[in-house]
Amino acid sequence: MNPTQAALDRVTRVPGVRGALVVAATDGLVVAEQLMDGVDGQAAAALTGSLVGRLCRTAEGAGLRPPAFVHLRGDAGSVLAAPGPDDLVLVAVVGPDANLGLARLEMIEAAGRLA
Amino acid sequence: MRALEPWVVQPLETFLAESGARLTLLMTSSGQVVAQHGFSRSVDVMTAAALGAAIVASTEELGRLMGAARFEALVHGGQRQSCMLAAFATPRGRWIGLVVFGPETSVGIVRLFFDQMVQQLTALAPREQQPAAPMLAENFETELNASLKALFGR
Repeated sequence: MNPTQAALDRVTRVPGVRGALVVAATDGLVVAEQLMDGVDGQAAAALTGSLVGRLCRTAEGAGLRPPAFVHLRGDAGSVLAAPGPDDLVLVAVVGPDANLGLARLEMIEAAGRLA
Repeated sequence: MRALEPWVVQPLETFLAESGARLTLLMTSSGQVVAQHGFSRSVDVMTAAALGAAIVASTEELGRLMGAARFEALVHGGQRQSCMLAAFATPRGRWIGLVVFGPETSVGIVRLFFDQMVQQLTALAPREQQPAAPMLAENFETELNASLKALFGR
């Protein structure tokens, strides 16, 4: 199993995670995905890639280091993103009952192994 | 932004606002311009439309020769700006979109909102078929000038 698939497996095993993707941040395109039905991978990749890219530029403009983890919380769930090496971002779409603490730990660990 | 048909305006405006595209051209598969945004000279629009239609025709024929389905989109990635060319079906026939965008957006964002624009265009397109007027030599120049006037306001 390659590192990308291993990262997706690790994240999607967390309770409440509805899907995970590896995204090329600059292009906003899906590199790999494991998604439940009803989760639009193309939209998640494009919008999350754009969001993470803007947040990184914002942090850089403020003289800060780029974010290690992004949590976008909504009424019906959250989008989590962990930037990794080589312009890749590990993204997870989670429901409102997800174990966010475990998801965060797994994502940061898995994102660091992406290549 | 200028459009020859009013029902094209709202989907195109939404696409432009969401995608951050610098230049956009909507045309028929024969290269007749339907709407444009960002072009300042009519000669540029007509050249881009002719080249875009020719590229789509070439890639579709290439796909046919290779036994593949139609290509959905052709993206040329550049350092300072990129270009996407995509053909799509509408109730008014097959159209082509040419989008030029910079590093302030991404190909994923452009594709996402382009697909949404195509859905809106398909939903809003008038269903009644207009009678096809013969393209005669005597009215070709008049129609071309009328289209340019509508697209550039002069």
